[in-house]
Amino acid sequence: MSGPFTVGEELPAQEFPVVRADLVRYAGASGDFNPIHWNERFAKDVGLPDVIAHGMFTMATAVRVVTDWAGDPGAVVEYSVRFTRPVVVPDPEGATIAVSGTVRAVREDGAAEVDLTATVDGSTVLAKARALVRPRAGSGA
Amino acid sequence: MPVDQSFRGRSFPPTRPYEVGREKIREFADAINDPNPVYRDRAAAQALGYPDVIAPPTFAIVLTLPAGGEVIRDPEFGLDYSRVVHGEQRFVHHRPILAGDLLQVVVTVEDIRIAAGNELITNRAELMTVAGEQVCTAYSVIVGRGTAS
Repeated sequence: MSGPFTVGEELPAQEFPVVRADLVRYAGASGDFNPIHWNERFAKDVGLPDVIAHGMFTMATAVRVVTDWAGDPGAVVEYSVRFTRPVVVPDPEGATIAVSGTVRAVREDGAAEVDLTATVDGSTVLAKARALVRPRAGSGA
Repeated sequence: MPVDQSFRGRSFPPTRPYEVGREKIREFADAINDPNPVYRDRAAAQALGYPDVIAPPTFAIVLTLPAGGEVIRDPEFGLDYSRVVHGEQRFVHHRPILAGDLLQVVVTVEDIRIAAGNELITNRAELMTVAGEQVCTAYSVIVGRGTAS
């Protein structure tokens, strides 16, 4: 998939399971060791229902729908989200982040403005999740 | 206690240069469960026109989180770090981050707003090579819950 892009095009939706071990691994790779992302006792002490995923883990997961569709992750020239609801990750069952996307607009230069929806158990976890995807050279856009 | 408003507009010195390693990109891609070969295999990246493996779209956080953290933990800034949550994040990529890049970050406190008793602090982090090439601009909105009063 390399464009030209079409307004209204739906990106293939995906579901991403997340368990506690994913958060420990993400903490190590990203350097974000905030204990609310791996320590149940600490999370509950600060008033959370349980350990929650890093917002940045959710953000990274959601854009997979765009990078897999675009083919070239380097084509994602802008990406922004608002973190609205924490993704609670109980042990051992974990959670599943469901992500879908739609091309909202195509700019004059051929770049696609993609709106993403990310939900867990039907509740939205990211708002204003948007990516700008440049067309591949020679796509005719 | 509210933060020191005089930090608005303030830029901090460039961070120590960070060399983007191919194995670090792989580790990050593994941690987000993304099997894309363009994050691991130089030939796959070259097939897309890149000189080496590229980093995932949110990889810049590896550099900007500690850089921004230094600002928000500055005792003179006065933010109660225990009340901080991540409100928004935005990346503008001037080009993908590549293995081998030697990057520095300059953080600027772009805005401090108050909404419903919370403080919303917008930091802009400019990632550039040591040669001065702009690579990525990352905007973070951090929220101090109930810190405005």
